[in-house]
Amino acid sequence: MRALAATVGAVALVFCASVPAQDKDVTQREIERYRELLAEGNPADLAEAKGEELWKTKRGPKQASLERCDLGLGAGVVKGAYARLPRWFADTDRVQDLESRLVTCMVTLQGFTEDEAKKNPFSAPGRGSPIEDIATYVAGASKGMKFAPPLEHPKELEAFRTGEELFYRRAGPHDFSCATCHGDNGKRIRLQDLPKLTDPKEAQKVFTTWPAYRVSQGSVRTMQHRLYDCYWQMRHPQLDYVSEASIDLQVFMAKYASGGTVEAPGLKR
Amino acid sequence: MRSAALFVACAALVAGCTTPPPENDARREAQAAFERSFTHGNKEMFARVVGQDDVQALCSRYRNRPPADVAERIQKSQAATIVYPADGKLMGDWRQGEKIAEDGFGLRFTDTNQPNRPNGGNCYACHQLAPHEVSYGTLGPSLYRFGRTRGSGEAIQRYVYGKVYNSEAFTACSGMPRFGLHQVLTPEQIRHVVALLLDPESPVNK
Repeated sequence: MRALAATVGAVALVFCASVPAQDKDVTQREIERYRELLAEGNPADLAEAKGEELWKTKRGPKQASLERCDLGLGAGVVKGAYARLPRWFADTDRVQDLESRLVTCMVTLQGFTEDEAKKNPFSAPGRGSPIEDIATYVAGASKGMKFAPPLEHPKELEAFRTGEELFYRRAGPHDFSCATCHGDNGKRIRLQDLPKLTDPKEAQKVFTTWPAYRVSQGSVRTMQHRLYDCYWQMRHPQLDYVSEASIDLQVFMAKYASGGTVEAPGLKR
Repeated sequence: MRSAALFVACAALVAGCTTPPPENDARREAQAAFERSFTHGNKEMFARVVGQDDVQALCSRYRNRPPADVAERIQKSQAATIVYPADGKLMGDWRQGEKIAEDGFGLRFTDTNQPNRPNGGNCYACHQLAPHEVSYGTLGPSLYRFGRTRGSGEAIQRYVYGKVYNSEAFTACSGMPRFGLHQVLTPEQIRHVVALLLDPESPVNK
């Protein structure tokens, strides 16, 4: 039965009645085995390949590729760029994360309107999302590198302080904040481990693994989606794609994740 | 009001307080950023999160670790909100309580398409309860065999009903939602949850 649970995966694991409830070690071991099994192959590789193709493809009203996009290390430099995001950009005078920067490049280089660039941020069954694939490609190009976004510019420091307030901001019918789930070590929601995101040891492990293929959703998900999904669960309305709050929160979390190694694209439940 | 809170914060720091922390600016900026970041969603839901009540504001400000006097103030004000059923009946049906404990439905922006479906309590997301459910969270304490050592008398029924209704009355800045105060669960549903925890026949107490 245990072997079966491991093969069939998450669903079998969750409903596997033979795991004694009191034996936390057994439950934990099954979760570890499931993770190991997943790590053998990552469907996100496909999104990464599609993203690279899209990066080089002439698209939009200006029929231009993104190959001149400045992700912070100079026009066209993809390798290592994700390891230095989010950061302040002189041309927009804003702190930007990967996805908001891609929106900027789609507007300036390819001639899309901002609304067009932000229109389809997350894939759904039968409907791909170019920006999701491109984000996966760009993040993957920093794989194995040290995660070290700058936190020096006054606007970066301001974004950090705002992000910190937002992280602890409790609201809504359930009184939830980010810290409700991510404020303590060693907690779980159902069977899912919850990282304490202000603990560098834990933040370094998880923050740098997005975008990731999420088995439970059957698709690649970006950091923007992760935050949107958290606010959904927090009983908040829909978080605007590449909104200020979404970027400020990333600046806050990125500080604790600094020093980790980029392991994108990741693979998750 | 704000300076009073600040004074309390400073007093709590034994090391003393020379300059006011820049947190007030940060909070104002965070509120503004928040309001600019939820512009396309459900307007009614936005109205429920854009402001904060006293408990939410204080617990945010103190990072869920309020100084003793603030904690006492919160608990006192929240205890006054608890409304016990007029008929005095606090125990319902543990079988229905179990369903409520398993169900995470309700109040998310995708849940609006089923207006007649009751909300769940999703107790298992954070607590261990009946032993047959292995998919339980650990954000809250284990409640397995909660009623075994405590019995099912009126005093403990009132405690559990009150705790589910408004957890902040007992532990200031608890992570647990105020299910009754915010009408996430109905009084009838809370009674079922009380039974799940206290009924000797409930699997929680087997």
